[in-house]
Amino acid sequence: MGAGAFAEAGADLELVGISKRFPGFTAIEDLDLRIPAGSFFALLGPSGCGKTTTLRLVAGLEQPTAGRILIGGKDVTNVKSFKRPVNTVFQSYALFPHMTVIENVAFGLRRRAIKDPVAKAHEALRLVELDHLASRKPQQLSGGQQQRVALARAVVNRPALLLLDEPLGALDLKLRRQMQLELKSIQTEVGLTFLHVTHDQEEAMTMADTVAVMNKGEIEQMGAPEELYELPRTAFVANFLGQSNLFTGDVTSSTGTSIVVVVAGIKLEVPKERAQRHTGQVTIGVRPEKLILHTSAPTVTPGTNTLGPGRVTDVSFSGVSTQYQIAIPGIGLITVFAQNMVFGPVVNVGAEAWVAWTVDHGFGLLDEPEHTPKFSADTDTAAIAMQTRRELLAEIEDD
Amino acid sequence: MAFAAFGSNANPVEQAPRRKSWIAWVLLVPGLAYLALFFLTPFVSLILTSFQEPVEFGDVGQFQAAFKWENYTAVIQQYWPHFLRAFGYAIAATFFALLISYPLAYFIGVKARRWPLLQALMLTLVIAPFFISFLLRTLAWKQLMSDDAPLVTALKQLTILPADGHLTGTAFSVIFGLTYNFIPFMTLPIYTTLERLDTRYIEAGSDLYASPATTFWKVTVPLSMPGIVSGTLLTFIPASGDYINASASFLGSAQTQMVGNVIEANFLGLLNYPAASALSVLLMAIILVIVAVYVKRSGTEDLL
Repeated sequence: MGAGAFAEAGADLELVGISKRFPGFTAIEDLDLRIPAGSFFALLGPSGCGKTTTLRLVAGLEQPTAGRILIGGKDVTNVKSFKRPVNTVFQSYALFPHMTVIENVAFGLRRRAIKDPVAKAHEALRLVELDHLASRKPQQLSGGQQQRVALARAVVNRPALLLLDEPLGALDLKLRRQMQLELKSIQTEVGLTFLHVTHDQEEAMTMADTVAVMNKGEIEQMGAPEELYELPRTAFVANFLGQSNLFTGDVTSSTGTSIVVVVAGIKLEVPKERAQRHTGQVTIGVRPEKLILHTSAPTVTPGTNTLGPGRVTDVSFSGVSTQYQIAIPGIGLITVFAQNMVFGPVVNVGAEAWVAWTVDHGFGLLDEPEHTPKFSADTDTAAIAMQTRRELLAEIEDD
Repeated sequence: MAFAAFGSNANPVEQAPRRKSWIAWVLLVPGLAYLALFFLTPFVSLILTSFQEPVEFGDVGQFQAAFKWENYTAVIQQYWPHFLRAFGYAIAATFFALLISYPLAYFIGVKARRWPLLQALMLTLVIAPFFISFLLRTLAWKQLMSDDAPLVTALKQLTILPADGHLTGTAFSVIFGLTYNFIPFMTLPIYTTLERLDTRYIEAGSDLYASPATTFWKVTVPLSMPGIVSGTLLTFIPASGDYINASASFLGSAQTQMVGNVIEANFLGLLNYPAASALSVLLMAIILVIVAVYVKRSGTEDLL
């Protein structure tokens, strides 16, 4: 964008075959990504998955080893970072310590010779409710305030593309909610394109129109938050975005609309359209809140999958819901989230329980079974801990 | 006071901090005694000497206590060109030393961060000249720049230097010598601030539409100001009082004498102690004023 002018609207971003190799490791491998103009796009992944590197490549702070970067249809692969119509809210804020807050915010405006930089900077500070601290130095502000200044410093430039590198990490829950709403309203108001990098799945899901889950330098799955949550395609997505109960077994038969997977001798049905693969050994799953807890054997009805009996090994109350861990012989631990419709938990530790879910709520994963852990690491450690606790209790009783 | 109500228990609690500060004062005594003995006493004696007058019909170098403030006007009238030269040469040397040291310190402190071995090696090279005496090094430069040295003959043949030109004994060689001798004093403080420079600020500058040059002037230089200020002070203050480089036995001549040289001549040659003392006091006062204004103007109070 030229000097002295703001971006009229957000620009779309396109990454074509991007790879980034550092000496000794590959951060990103052959990444293709298209972010439409005006959208709020979140790159979600654990640390070290290459999401921050992707952001730095777009900002021009790193050069890709291969591939092209296009912003608004223009190839910017070899354009220096200071000439790109992009601004970043850095994870470390990177506020200039020798300048006041207002000078920090006006910095980008001054560089582009935009009229009234100070007035516009004040306007941006009012947006983040920090105008009264304009003459302070950054180190005199709290972490949350610094983060809001960093946000104002980037937003004030009205970039075609705004990059956010875990910008809400240091905020407390209340301020975080407030900033999430503010960010969202700024984005819709101005129509900018936001690329948000985060490891916080809740933040990604509440704020973004589109979420891309990244793992080991590749995008595992991309789509609207509810789509990703309801129909994860890989075990990684199923477990990184919320929790899942996963079972692996062979497909023994299939009807017109669904496949039947046998797990530890129990037949489980999954709709064909919700399963990525229809033959061989497959991993299927169901979200914990889709499970219904029964204290007596439920009558088997078509269109429902039932597991049990098992034993309740853990009950933890979390306000709106209660989380139950149920150990089912041959299958392992199953997590159930139940809404608290009555006072306190419905069943206690040690009780016999069955779980059931509607066939339509299950999903089948794409992963090759040999790559899929039978149970996610989390439930595994929980199972080990539970086992140790049981052994200890048994020992105490013996004495 | 309220602690007294708790009886004897309160006493040790109240006395503990007082005893600590008492020890701190005791530890200060050697330093204070040293300062009093070797700085304050000579300084007072210097001021007293600067007002002395010659003994009537006395020998050369015989003076008596008086309040002859005319000593000051006399030395200013006689030696003002030496003052001008001293501060001119010192400012020039500080400027050139900064010009050479900043890129050097930037390379060692920022660019060479990835190779700690190179960093250590380069720092050693910056300090290496200290292993050889200051006088020897300056004499070596005199040899290198002498009239029959290859350097001068080459410059003459290239007609950069006229046929009857010299390098030694000129303002050039004095400023050169001062610059050379003070480069480590300039480089090390700048290096220590640049070594701690967070390069993420440079990235942020670049992200906010600042070209590398603008980022350098608006971000890197202000952030390294503490190093620049201490480096320039460590160079300027000793350089303006220096009398080795400008002396005729080293790189200077009668035409390049600085205040340091005339102080030396008055103390040791002419035995005019009041004049030498007045010159010393004046030099100290002027440096103090220049430094105070400089530190105030550079606005580094909150960075130091």
